[in-house]
Amino acid sequence: MFTTRKQYEPYISPFDPCPPIRVKTYVTAPNLYVGFQPPNLPQFPLREALMKGTLWQVFYDPYYSPYETKGKGDGS
Amino acid sequence: MWIYEKKLQYPVRVSTCNPRLAKYLIEQYGGADGELAAALRYLNQRYTLPPKVIGLLNDIGTEELAHLEMIATMVYKLTKDATPEQLKEAGLEPHYVDHERALFYHNAAGNPFTATYIQAKGDPITDLYEDIAAEEKARATYQWIINMSDDPDLNDGLRFLREREIIHAQRFREAVEILKEERGQKKIF
Repeated sequence: MFTTRKQYEPYISPFDPCPPIRVKTYVTAPNLYVGFQPPNLPQFPLREALMKGTLWQVFYDPYYSPYETKGKGDGS
Repeated sequence: MWIYEKKLQYPVRVSTCNPRLAKYLIEQYGGADGELAAALRYLNQRYTLPPKVIGLLNDIGTEELAHLEMIATMVYKLTKDATPEQLKEAGLEPHYVDHERALFYHNAAGNPFTATYIQAKGDPITDLYEDIAAEEKARATYQWIINMSDDPDLNDGLRFLREREIIHAQRFREAVEILKEERGQKKIF
């Protein structure tokens, strides 16, 4: 399934001083995939769009902190 | 000229008295990838870009000023009632000594704002690529601030600002496509 949150597993040394973070994540925001915006894409209702920060559903990609998502830790 | 609307682009709410968050947020106020740098960069570059994309830089540069105002409001709310003792705990005592509770254009590490943060090369592709990079850097900075913040109301405002960075990056990417003048020609390079 498509996601704008990507993961990789960094090398873990047996001699690392801190408990390792085994999975690292990064964001690939939707603007990377759309190119020049095609016409007639689905929109949010206007009031909702004002609060979401975009009119276009395809570009909506909210980011939550690991704290808010109770330790999920990947910002999704 | 500009017409000023006496309200914020998005409501700013802060639920906890946590001046430490102000220390992080000041990065987006007077930092290299902050809203001031963004506004000055675009509003200055717009004069020497091809007419097709001037309007875009005008609009986005203007919106960055509205974002600057939101960041200022957040910082102000987080610090206005903090005691010197609380500011000291938050690591803001150098700021307090120099500025009391006044806002100032410096980054999270206290380095004052400088025009060397921005560039205008006069080459349209070069300038637009810098603008795309600036938006992605600002998006990333918002992610790191959200990660450090445990204030859900504040994060709500930061999420809005981050979403706008995504849209701005998208529009700058489209501006590059417009200048390439190969849209809709069904050529494969």
